[in-house]
This record gives sequence, C-alpha cells and structure tokens, in this order.
Amino acid sequence: MNIVTHYLLSPYLDYGFMRRALLACIVLAISGAPLGFFMNQRRMALVSDAMSHAIFPGVAVAFLVSGLSVWSMTAGGLTAGILIALLSVFLSRYTQIKEDGVFTLLFLLSLTSGIVLLSLKGSNIDLLHMLFGDILAIDNDALLFIGIVAVLTLFVLAFIYRGLVLDCFDPDFLMAAASKRPIIRLVRPAFFVLFVINLVAAFQALGTLMALGLILLPSIAAQFWVRQVDRAIGFALGLAIFSSYAGLLLSYFTNTPSGPVVVLLCGTLCLGSVLVGKHGSCLSAIRKPL
Amino acid sequence: MTHPLITLNDIFVSYGRHVALQSVSGQFACGSLTAVAGPNGSGKSTLLKAIAGVLHPTRGTIAFADNVRPSMAYLPQVAHLQRDFPLSVFDVVLTGFYPEAGEAGGLSKAQKQAASKALGEVGLGGFEKRQINALSGGELQRTLFARVIVQNANVILLDEPFSAVDAATTARLIQLLLKWHEEGRTIICVLHDLLLIKKYFPESMVLQGKCLGSGHTHQMFEQKLLSFDLDMAELVPPEDPLHHQTHRDHHGHNHDHGHHKHGPGDHA
Repeated sequence: MNIVTHYLLSPYLDYGFMRRALLACIVLAISGAPLGFFMNQRRMALVSDAMSHAIFPGVAVAFLVSGLSVWSMTAGGLTAGILIALLSVFLSRYTQIKEDGVFTLLFLLSLTSGIVLLSLKGSNIDLLHMLFGDILAIDNDALLFIGIVAVLTLFVLAFIYRGLVLDCFDPDFLMAAASKRPIIRLVRPAFFVLFVINLVAAFQALGTLMALGLILLPSIAAQFWVRQVDRAIGFALGLAIFSSYAGLLLSYFTNTPSGPVVVLLCGTLCLGSVLVGKHGSCLSAIRKPL
Repeated sequence: MTHPLITLNDIFVSYGRHVALQSVSGQFACGSLTAVAGPNGSGKSTLLKAIAGVLHPTRGTIAFADNVRPSMAYLPQVAHLQRDFPLSVFDVVLTGFYPEAGEAGGLSKAQKQAASKALGEVGLGGFEKRQINALSGGELQRTLFARVIVQNANVILLDEPFSAVDAATTARLIQLLLKWHEEGRTIICVLHDLLLIKKYFPESMVLQGKCLGSGHTHQMFEQKLLSFDLDMAELVPPEDPLHHQTHRDHHGHNHDHGHHKHGPGDHA
C-alpha cells in the first residue's frame, strides 16, 4: 500500500465507523447545501444559529422520556424548533424587543434549559453527546433518519424551488402571486420545516453546537466564488463533502474529535474564501481600482 | 366615473401594531390610469400591496367587479429587491410566468419568446444573460417592466416605477404606460413627480394615512390636494403628531425635504 492510499483511503477501507461517518456527512451535505444557500441569501444566518439551539430543549425532554431514541428526539426537536420560531415571531411583532435581541434571548434560554433538563437524568457523557454529537458512533437508526430527511428535503425543495428564489429576490411579488394561487403561501413554512428537520438530522451527527456547520458555512463560502444559484449550491455541496472527507481523515490521524475537526476545516475554508475569493473578498477589494 | 373595477370599502391595513392605512375608501374604474400620491409613510405602497394581495386589510374589504379578481401584475419598488441575488435578466422576466406556471409547470417556447420580445420592447435586447447585480437602476426597472409585459394582466400596479431612473428611461417607460392605457388596462401607479402626474395621469388619489381625496387629477390640483406651491405640512391636521415632525423637517433637518416647497407629490 503506497503512502497516498495509506493517508487518503485506508481509514475508510479499514473501519466501518469511518465509512458510516463519511456517508452521514455526505448525505447531510446533499440536503444541507441548498437549504444553507437560501438561508444565507435571506440574511438568516443569525436566525439559523438561534434555531440550531432552539431544538435542544425538545431533544432533551425526549431524552428524559425515552432515552437516546432517534425518532423521539426528532419529534422533540421538531416541536421545540417550531414552537420557538412561533414565539420569536410573536415577540418581534408584538413587543418592542429587536429581532436580534429575540434570537439572543431564545438561543440562551433554549441552550440553558436543555442543559438543565439533561442534567436531571443524563450523565456528562450524554450532555457532551448532545452538545457536540458523536459522528463516529452514528447508528443505523440515525443513518436511516438522515437519509430519509435528505430524500424528503430534495423532493420538497424541487417543488418549492421557484418560490424560494422569488422569496429571496422579490418577496412581495411572491405574495402577490399567492393571491392567485394560495398554495404559494406554503413555500415559506415548508422551507422552514425542512430547515428544522435538517437541523435535527445534523444534530444526530454534530450535536446542537455544530449542527449548522455543514449546512451554512459551505454556502457562505460559495458566494465568494460563484454567482449562479445552481453553481453556488453545487460549490457548497462540494466544499461540504471535501470538508467531511478531509476532516474525518485529519481527526483520525491526529486523534482529535471528528465533528469539531470537520466543522473547523469547513470554517477555515469559508474564512479563506472571505479573504481570497473571486467575488467580494478582501483580496478582490484590494485589487479593485479606486 | 365609469364602471368601477376595484372598490376599496373603508379598509385598514396594519404592520403589527402600526396602522399604516385607516378608513380608506375609493374606486378605480375599469381602464383608468390613476396616480397615487402623498408624503413618505402615507401608505401609498401599503395600498398597492393590499390591492395586489401582498397584505390583507385588517378591517374593510377590497371588492372587484362581478366578484372576480382580475389578473394583476405588480411591480414592487426596486429598493425592496435583493439586487445581489444571483439571477440573470432573462430569469427575472421569466418569473412573470410563475403565478400561472407554478412550481412544476415547464415554460413553453412561446413563453420564452415572449420574454425575449418583452426585453426588446423595453430596450434590453441582448441583456438576457446579464446578472441583475450588474444592471443600473434604470436597466433593472426596465427588466421589471418587461416582467409586467409578459404577465399580460388587466390590472397593472406600479410602485414608484420612475424612481432612480434617468429622463430618457422615464420617457420610454411612460410610453409603455400610455400604450397599456390605450389597450384598456387599469393602471394604478404610486409616484411622486407632480409634473408626470399632471401630464399623464387623468385620475389621482392623495393619501396620508387615510384618503385625503380622489378623482380627476385636475380636481385634485384645484382642491390644492396636489399643488406645486402647497406646503405638505398644510395637509396635516394640527393634532396629528406628524404635524410637528413635518414642520421641523421643513426647517432643514431632513435632507429628503430639499424640494419641500413643490408640494405633496415630492414627498411620496
């Protein structure tokens, strides 16, 4: 076995848990890349971050009731995510609190209540599992769930794609079109539910603190390289898969935690794109003639 | 007024707790060409959105002739668009078919040809593949007009279509507007240029949170609801909190009021 094979392939050839971890990341990236693109285009990166924590108390309650069951934690996470989203809309609309204040408040409340709830029954290991995930220990149920979520996401996204593009570019036009075809009003809620389901899926692998990593960071990077919707989504997908593949290898050879290394690599590539990307980066600003 | 196509029955429209329009009533006749004028924050865009179905009245109703909602093409303010979204000019025009094509329906060759033809009509032939973030304000506005063309609607709602547009483009777009009017379409246009209102719009509606008046444009000028000499502050009732604000602004605290003496249209 030559050195290239040793470093690039052998961990995946030798160990089933590495293959499962890579498969989970790839499937998460396939459904996460388009979602991340639209969240980013809608200037909802901060909201995404808050939502990734909003699912935590629901997951914690599910854990208290039925332990580490993928399906009950999914139901709990989805319920909590939707309830907190509705609460944030209500607070922003009917009180004087600013939108970023709402998300900070709800993010901290979600995270801390989740931790307190977990501490009622779980051990520190359970808490770490919830916060940071354990991608190398992903089981069949979790893998199946991530796969189902990806298929559902791609199917629904294909159906609401045109509406999502309009909702980003010209939301008033979309709503005007909805007066002719009321089903269009479902575009936003459908997208939001998809996003929360994907957060719950990513939570299985990366925990509540990093669930957003493979969804949002590649899309942020993509906008610095390409200017077309389809290419940006493709770029984000490629970056997420590369980060997963290389990150898992890096963590294997350096004996560091896999999830954080994958997200760290993805974040580093994203930061690199902000600095030297083709469009709108620091480098392009320096090169631009005054 | 001839046969009314759209009738506003005492409508109120709110954003959360903020009431943007209150007790607005009025009619838009079939085939009419109406300007909606008024100062900033007077509810002009809100009224257009309510008619377009973007917003729903919290009170009152919007009725249509024969109880059938006519086909509508809505052109939003350019400032409300996300101009850095990665879309081509051609894609934007094709979104005009979205209300009928929906999510899964494919676009026919005829529809694509209609989009190209519409771009030619607004003088943007050859711009199909250009990204919208590379367009000037006038070019983007013309792209939106091309989208209105492909919608082929009976009612056309335009929200400040001549803002940030040079004189040549304005002239071109006005010609298009007059052509639509000749074709018998009903046009409601929010704008703030009194000269354009006086010259091209036979009907007007003046708003300031509520409807101050509506009817023939020359009557609006006669009643001083539209005037080149009138100070907008005179239209605000003394008990209205806006009154104080408007006076204060008039004394130079708001750069937006550089043309204040020109009357209400300048503040729309």
